[in-house]
Amino acid sequence: MTTYIVRRMLQTFVVIILLSYVCFYLMTLMPGDPVELMIQSNPKITSADIERLRTLYGLDQPAYKRYANWVSSIVQGDLGYSRTYRVPVSELIGPKLVNTFVLSMSSLLLAILIAVPLGVLCALRAGSKLDYTVNFFAFAGISMPSFWLAIVLIIIFSVTLGWLPAGGTSTIGFEPTGILDGGLDRLKYLILPTLSLAYLSIGSFLRFVRASMMDAMRNDYIRTAKAKGLPRLAVVWKHGFRNALIPLITIIALSFSGVFSGAIITETVFAYQGVGKLVFDSITGNDFNVAMVSFVISVSMVLLMNLIADILYGVADPRISYK
Amino acid sequence: MSQNILEVKNLSKFFPIKKGLFLRHVADVRAVDYVSFHVRQGETLGLVGESGCGKSTLGRTLIRLYEPTSGSIRFKGEDFLKVRGESLRKMRKDMQMIFQDPYASLDPRMTVGQILTQPFEIHNIMTPSERLERVKQLLETVGLKASHVNRYPHEFSGGQRQRISIARAIALNPSLVIADEPVSALDVSIQAQILNLMKDLQEKLKLTYVFISHDLSVIEHLCDRIAVMYLGKIVEIATRDELFSNPKHPYTQALISAIPRVGEGKKKMKKSLSGEVPSPINPPSGCHFHPRCAHKKDICSQKAPALESVTGNSEHRSACWLTTQGGL
Amino acid sequence: MILPRPFDTHGHPFSEEAVLSDVVLKVKDLETTFFSKAGPFRAVNKISYEIRKGETLGIVGESGCGKSVTSFSLMRLIEKPGQITGGSAVLNGRDLLKLSEPEMQKVRGDEMAMIFQEPMTALNPVLTIGQQIDEQILMHKNVTPAEAKERSIEMLSLVGIPSPAERYTNYPHQLSGGMRQRAMIAMALSCNPTFLIADEPTTALDVTIQAQILELIQTLQEKLNMTVQFITHDLGVISEIADRTLVMYGGQFCEMGNTQEIFKNPLHPYTHALIGSRPRFGNRVQRLTTIEGSVPAPHEYPAGCPFTNRCSRATEQCRMQKPPVQELSPGHQVACFHPMGAR
Repeated sequence: MTTYIVRRMLQTFVVIILLSYVCFYLMTLMPGDPVELMIQSNPKITSADIERLRTLYGLDQPAYKRYANWVSSIVQGDLGYSRTYRVPVSELIGPKLVNTFVLSMSSLLLAILIAVPLGVLCALRAGSKLDYTVNFFAFAGISMPSFWLAIVLIIIFSVTLGWLPAGGTSTIGFEPTGILDGGLDRLKYLILPTLSLAYLSIGSFLRFVRASMMDAMRNDYIRTAKAKGLPRLAVVWKHGFRNALIPLITIIALSFSGVFSGAIITETVFAYQGVGKLVFDSITGNDFNVAMVSFVISVSMVLLMNLIADILYGVADPRISYK
Repeated sequence: MSQNILEVKNLSKFFPIKKGLFLRHVADVRAVDYVSFHVRQGETLGLVGESGCGKSTLGRTLIRLYEPTSGSIRFKGEDFLKVRGESLRKMRKDMQMIFQDPYASLDPRMTVGQILTQPFEIHNIMTPSERLERVKQLLETVGLKASHVNRYPHEFSGGQRQRISIARAIALNPSLVIADEPVSALDVSIQAQILNLMKDLQEKLKLTYVFISHDLSVIEHLCDRIAVMYLGKIVEIATRDELFSNPKHPYTQALISAIPRVGEGKKKMKKSLSGEVPSPINPPSGCHFHPRCAHKKDICSQKAPALESVTGNSEHRSACWLTTQGGL
Repeated sequence: MILPRPFDTHGHPFSEEAVLSDVVLKVKDLETTFFSKAGPFRAVNKISYEIRKGETLGIVGESGCGKSVTSFSLMRLIEKPGQITGGSAVLNGRDLLKLSEPEMQKVRGDEMAMIFQEPMTALNPVLTIGQQIDEQILMHKNVTPAEAKERSIEMLSLVGIPSPAERYTNYPHQLSGGMRQRAMIAMALSCNPTFLIADEPTTALDVTIQAQILELIQTLQEKLNMTVQFITHDLGVISEIADRTLVMYGGQFCEMGNTQEIFKNPLHPYTHALIGSRPRFGNRVQRLTTIEGSVPAPHEYPAGCPFTNRCSRATEQCRMQKPPVQELSPGHQVACFHPMGAR
């Protein structure tokens, strides 16, 4: 098991290096570097200045050298400066990452809490009215554009009913007197984006749980469990769901890998201070350091979650042993 | 005496097991473990043994679906493992295989006509219209209708599918057909149809069969000579009548006594053989069968016996210290 | 031991016949229908038979003949779109088909148990052997988990599994096929059932392992005084293990009688052909008898005898009318208008 994990970690590490280099290289191919932006904003700039600035930023060096420089500073904990916002990347990204993490986790957990029991129920009553109804809403969730749902939620709950704020992350100018107080304030802002994000993933989770559970319930050992005289609940959860869980691990783990990437559209509609919009802007605005850091974070999360999924497989399924 | 169509010497197929951080090669699954035998023109050689004895791997290695780890295969006098290019294609044409599962071995997206034309396309024989004629003829040969040519495999029953597999195997007029458990997945009454068909085709087309099965009753019905396998090795080989009337190897004896007899009435079952087949990764020392053998002697656990002729019969060979040292 | 119970769970007194005779199971006109899109299909079509205490009844037939559906009907494990549509199945005096689902749960795995064909897929891969046996004992018997464990290990050792305490903690995949089937048997017998249904328990096993398992079932049957319904497609197995044999085809009763009698003197043309189509060890023939065609699809059966289209003796009567079951010699019943060797 340890050997397996070590081997996978090594592989993961190599993949991160390779992918980050590829991405780094692609970024250098993008038209327009920061110096060009300076030229545009400052018509008085001389060609000697341009030369000097290029050398200063290391832009005259080949891509692999610049990559090596970038890696060595990253390793030393220096994530660099954002060119657009002129603040250290860590200061810029840090709080937004936390916001995004809170939002993604809460919507993911909500989605799982709803999708799993509902999916199991649909699997057990496949073909029933309940199954068709739930499936209808699941497909609606899968196919609905996220901004539309978000807007509908805002119209209902903030414009018409006025129960919840239409956007933002916390009340501006609000001074929380304690953790509970501050938490409640944040929670108000979290509800609508969470709901809209969760609804989108409930559909696909539910379809997956349903299929996986139907598969599990078709197995011979389900018949054995019934032949033993076990009551239905024990057959369903102890024998059926326990096995249906195994394929679910991948899809859930992979969903978790997105918790730091953010959801651009939802975050934009709700004006939520998350990392999604930031990453988007950094790429279009050629904010090199911000883009690279967020890229490395999302790649690492995907690989890490894959690794965790594989390890969980070993835990959930005794037939799998890693040697 | 008829000619040998296939001569196999010291053939082995090991599957490596890799372990550790850098996947070092640590051991082998010795699926086929230095096996030698020959098959005569026009006969049916049975390969029998329990699951994991290596009979299927041997069958696949014979036509190089698996590349052998070592040993030699001579087919019609030529070294099958050395030929390349055009002559390899020619030889491949001359040896065909039928598999156990008629559901899995036919491509569900192809019509029967397409499945059966493929061999001709691969070997670039005949014009398309001649091929179609030949395919229709083949279907009738195996007891199906020429009009079935545009149907898909799922429209046929298990027995009919196995007929299609057989038609595909005989399409190019091979001399050798290796049949890997061709009737095991079928119902009893359908088994009989397929076994009869195989016998008829053998007579008509002068086929040589290597027939792999775990079912001794079927083997007894169809085969002229029989090789019994245990843990990758042939433990006994003899003509059918000799093997069943005078089995020498204790494993063969146990196998024969374990066959349920049809119509002999309820009986108190006796334990024919205790224990189970050990792992081929780490087979027992000496004779692989010794831990389950009722007659074992000291030497059995120390040295592996060779497959040697039984006294007075050069055709009957057994790998057992008890027979090579003068009988039980 | 069957305890004579004066009243069944519904408070009805038992029939005198059931109390007095040694019939353990009496199946009458059992009918199980599958309601598919193509229309209803009788997978089991008015089957009647009985099994006496300590006896082994073999049910033999090819795939689709209804032998397994019969067993699952007795266990009341028929899933939609299937449904038991008629008949009765009286086990130890109670009609199983009339019990409520909670009552049936108490019977399953306790009074009657079942072992299955594929010991690999019939055991849950993610639970240990011990967990799976314990679960059944805890369900039916009023014992502590520690007592259940003790009983499980005792059962594992009874079925001949070496180092049972260790195997108790193993997962199914860690056992060989033969050992898994032994574990399956240990589980089925853990609550001392009086009636055991064995559904092709040796089909997936090698011939030497098959011999071991058959021997085990026989020994345990004697030791625990069980009644067994043994289902198989293998004529060799049936003739070695069954006292009496029921031959089924297309969901219908073909022939039933003493096993040896059936093999020596088959009355139904199907039985006759089936025996002839199996290569018989030590009894070589040049060509096997075949049954032309193949088992029809569920909706292709004729209205009368299901075997009509493949039968060499069939007449128009066979096609239109279902042949009644008649007893041609004592204990030997056949459903055929033109039985073999008819006088």
